Amino acid sequence: MKIIRKAGLLAVSLLALCHPATAGDGKLLATAGLTQVEGSGGGGIVPWATINGYATKEQISVSAFNTHVAVDDYQLNALGMSLSLFNRVEFSLARQSFDLPSAVIELGLGDEINQTIYGVKARLYGDLVYSTWPQISFGIQHKKLADGAIAAAIGARESDRGTDYYLAASKVHLGAAGGYNLIWNLTARATQANQMGLLGFGSQTQESHQVMLEASVGVLLSRKLAVGFEYRQKPDNLAAFKEDDWADIFISYNPNKHFNITLAWANLGNIAVADEQQGIYLSTTGYLW
Amino acid sequence: MSFIKKRFSLIMIAMTLCLSACVSQPEQSVYQQLGGQEKVTEIVQNFIYEIEFNETIFDYFKETDIQRFHDKLIEHICVHTGGPCEYTGDTMEQVHTGMQITEADFNLTVDLLINAMTKANIPHRLQNRVLAIFAPMRKQMIYI
Ligand code: HEM
Repeated sequence: MKIIRKAGLLAVSLLALCHPATAGDGKLLATAGLTQVEGSGGGGIVPWATINGYATKEQISVSAFNTHVAVDDYQLNALGMSLSLFNRVEFSLARQSFDLPSAVIELGLGDEINQTIYGVKARLYGDLVYSTWPQISFGIQHKKLADGAIAAAIGARESDRGTDYYLAASKVHLGAAGGYNLIWNLTARATQANQMGLLGFGSQTQESHQVMLEASVGVLLSRKLAVGFEYRQKPDNLAAFKEDDWADIFISYNPNKHFNITLAWANLGNIAVADEQQGIYLSTTGYLW
Repeated sequence: MSFIKKRFSLIMIAMTLCLSACVSQPEQSVYQQLGGQEKVTEIVQNFIYEIEFNETIFDYFKETDIQRFHDKLIEHICVHTGGPCEYTGDTMEQVHTGMQITEADFNLTVDLLINAMTKANIPHRLQNRVLAIFAPMRKQMIYI
């Protein structure tokens, strides 16, 4: 992580030198969005059309995030950074570590699965708050497993890397929910990933990308506090391991433009051999610049 | 799982229902809900005070006739919130041309307006209704 952080800082300083950009603080409070579990600007489990951080047209922003998901039989940690340029493009880097239960560890394939996700997203149209139509962005998440042994063993077609492509639309409607600000997002993702990629990509019977729909809706109870709901449709490629859609209910607190903390109750359904995986999702994003 | 999925769908439906129920039209104009001329004047005075104490935004107003700005802005807010006024100022394009207002400074001004409304004890939900009226005008005044 140290190297990543240094590289990020270097990139930012270089940019700051050759462009008269100022620190990202131009968006309205709580409209920067969060960082989703794969490192892209979003909600919690869904990537949104938002470009991470508070930067507007003349600004750049850098943020770091950390997410911990603890469901009945598993734990997932994700951390990473993102760099956003002029509210136009977002580059993100995330590392996910997925702790395996002891039954799997005994098979001798390791005690965790690690995955690195390289993300890039470009805003194609609109402004989350001000345009008549929603903000639209296109994004890519390239996922690379540190060790494809488990994915290969359970029948993934591609055991070490895969790429998701998504198109997202997000919009804030001022005062639309009985005077409260309403935010919604709809994402279509073409993916082959089994459990986000942690269990590899595709299977013997599923060789191509499938389009999955993901949605979020939230209400801002105040300038700082939002509550909402998310749903993420998932493929179900592996014959031996059923995969379910994901859902969560979240509460998100934005005390200022430097920090966000989000707590959610997540229902991840069946994961590998364990059914009914429910639990806590806790995520923080620090907006560093 | 299907039971849980059903539960989530129920929550989704409940949220949608609640939202559509809450979105029912208010009978009074936003102007009346704010509290009429007296409150609009209070908001504008607070807003001018906020501007004077914000270096970035005050920069735009250095040469401005503040009395005129005060009067025209009251008229403008009154008209657009459904009050019984006439706007006698210039168009938004005419007024803001040459200022090259950035997105960031526009939002900063929105923050100042929110502060002004909060200090005038305008409730959160009513503040949002005011913002919803003025937000679509942004395209007439930034980067020109
Ligand atoms: C929706 C948002 C806005 C509305 C509805 C609005 C409305 C108005 C109105 C009604 C006037 C008086 C017009 C006249 O004198 O004829 C005015 C003047 C002015 N506005 Fe705005 N304004 C908005 C945003 C902004 C922003 C973001 C800035 C700068 C950051 C700004 C800077 C000014 C200045 C400097 C004047 C005085 C112009 C002069 O000296 O003649 N306005 N505005």
